[in-house]
Amino acid sequence: MMNTTWIILGASSAMARATARALAEQGAGLLLAGRDAGELALIAADCRLRGARMAEAVAFDARDPSTFAPLLARAAAEEGELNAAVFTGSMPPQAEIDSNPALIGGVLADNFAGPAEFLHMLAPMLEARGGGCIVGVGSVAGDRGRLGNYAYGAAKAAFHTYLSGLRNRLARAGAHVVTVKPGFVDTAMTWGLPGMFLVAPPEAVARAILRAVRKRRNVIYTPFFWRWIMAIIRLVPEPVFKKLKI
Amino acid sequence: MIWKTAEYSGWGRALKVTGEIARPERRADLLALPPAPAFGLRRSYGDAPTNGAGRAIDMTRLDRLISFDPATGLLEAEAGVRIGDLAALFAPKGWLPAVMPGTGFATIGGCIAQDVHGKNHHNAGSFAQHVTRLTLLMQGELVEVAAGTPLFRATAGGLGQTGVIVSATVQMVPCKGAAMMVTERRAENWEEHLAYLDASTATHTVGWIDGTAKGASLGRGIVEEGESSAGLVKDHVPVATVPMNAPHFALSAPIVRAFNEVYYRRVPARGRTTVKPVGAFFFPLDKILEWNRLYGRRGFHQFQCVVPLASAPALREMLEEIAGSGLCSPLAVLKRMGPGRAGYLSFPMEGYTLAIDFPNRDAARALIRRLEGRTVEAGGRLYFAKDSLAEGTAMRAMYPELPEWRDEVRRADPNGDMITDLVRRLGLRSAA
Repeated sequence: MMNTTWIILGASSAMARATARALAEQGAGLLLAGRDAGELALIAADCRLRGARMAEAVAFDARDPSTFAPLLARAAAEEGELNAAVFTGSMPPQAEIDSNPALIGGVLADNFAGPAEFLHMLAPMLEARGGGCIVGVGSVAGDRGRLGNYAYGAAKAAFHTYLSGLRNRLARAGAHVVTVKPGFVDTAMTWGLPGMFLVAPPEAVARAILRAVRKRRNVIYTPFFWRWIMAIIRLVPEPVFKKLKI
Repeated sequence: MIWKTAEYSGWGRALKVTGEIARPERRADLLALPPAPAFGLRRSYGDAPTNGAGRAIDMTRLDRLISFDPATGLLEAEAGVRIGDLAALFAPKGWLPAVMPGTGFATIGGCIAQDVHGKNHHNAGSFAQHVTRLTLLMQGELVEVAAGTPLFRATAGGLGQTGVIVSATVQMVPCKGAAMMVTERRAENWEEHLAYLDASTATHTVGWIDGTAKGASLGRGIVEEGESSAGLVKDHVPVATVPMNAPHFALSAPIVRAFNEVYYRRVPARGRTTVKPVGAFFFPLDKILEWNRLYGRRGFHQFQCVVPLASAPALREMLEEIAGSGLCSPLAVLKRMGPGRAGYLSFPMEGYTLAIDFPNRDAARALIRRLEGRTVEAGGRLYFAKDSLAEGTAMRAMYPELPEWRDEVRRADPNGDMITDLVRRLGLRSAA
């Protein structure tokens, strides 16, 4: 791990912090990218004290592509294996989207368009170095459009499809892409929401991500049982599904 | 959502409340919240961490290390950092927190707000005596508080009433490594037990007491002494989680008696010295996650008092009453404390402290009330971190610096925004 660098997009989210901390304990270098500079500086200091070879806060905004090139330039300056983990995302309540459909643009930008554009700029660097790994955090919500959050789910589905294609492309160069589909995770996004069950701590998701990277898994559900829950939900025929409220 | 309505409690689970909880994930989220009392991992047993009448702030996600200076050993960290994580991270580098309580799941914020002590209290004093400064969120503003100031003395052991502890700088002390050299000796009775504690010259000394032993064996137990050590030891990681509430007989008298007998005999009559991981010595119960479920749905109480050295005979009488009751659990601790304390409401006084768990039953509550009366008569005091049953007048009388604390708290929180269930129950902030 001493010679690896991870770009963490959306680094102040709970899952990103847990993952960054786990990577820090292995001695990785970290570029912590996001919008809240003060918060990222705190996270960077924490990661350094926990063993990171290097940890820096870097500005990144999924809705502002002008922030992408400086981050890539900073990453290019690091020698050795280059990796990226994407945790950016947003989920406004579906009811807010229903009353203000213009919000969909932002949901797409945060969950799909911004990260995809950035990864598309990063991909040639991984190809040139002949290795590295990209972790994309999607969601079980992307597996099927549901009444409660289908705008968010659609953006995540787009991201899943993009990651699948990117995996196909990067595999030829010896680099790898892991798609992570978390179920309910104990973060600010799910705090106080009704109907939450089997909520996983962010540290468990971080452990699952690192294991998936090590074993070069393609698509993981975390916790693992969501694979079976979503398999069943996908199997429900559309004539039945459209009447369900899940 | 910012506020989540949930049922929650302290570690003893006997006093459950339903209230609104915010859990800020970022520093800015915390600063944007309206004032409310804060809690960490809720390892206080009673109602110190709860505010059933209103709102509370969960600080566990604000758990970053901020800086460490290997030249001085000064560590700055956010309030949500766990003591056990500090020990695990820093012991291999040759540093430990100067004072560590009996569970590594206590947070820095909680350790300050209760001014906790550890097995080295007779040498090192209390936790907040090793805090050089802290940052307090007071009436919406971040305030730097230096050790020794009246505001610091009202915050150390101050039950969160001066504001939300956001971060603190603590003095770490050098250690030899991630291991502890531990000597265990059987003490056959009360007199021998106290004699071992009095004569101990070790850095860390604590006695486990068999609260079921009566007659000639009254007060028997194991005296543990620990010194920092280098060496190769396994990591101290949890091995199991108690999956659900245990049935009420899980800790009934015959089972506790049998357990204690085995636990006592496990140490050979001549004693023994072993090398253990740091965590195994300081936080033995952290091996079993959620062990409070062993006491079942109704929860449990811990009685902890400290009495002056001269009142040892009164403490012996308390133990006699406990042993006669058949209500004791395996968890019972006897320790000689030094005078060290950092705040107006800090628990420690020079003397002997006894801590014992009881399942939450009518008979146990009545016993604890009688023990509280005996504590008053012995000139001792009860511990806010453990209490859930005491009566306000008696408890307030145990803390002679309460008026100084009140004055500071009135300035720091004039609107009473930080009041918790414990403070309300004991009337700590109302004029006497």
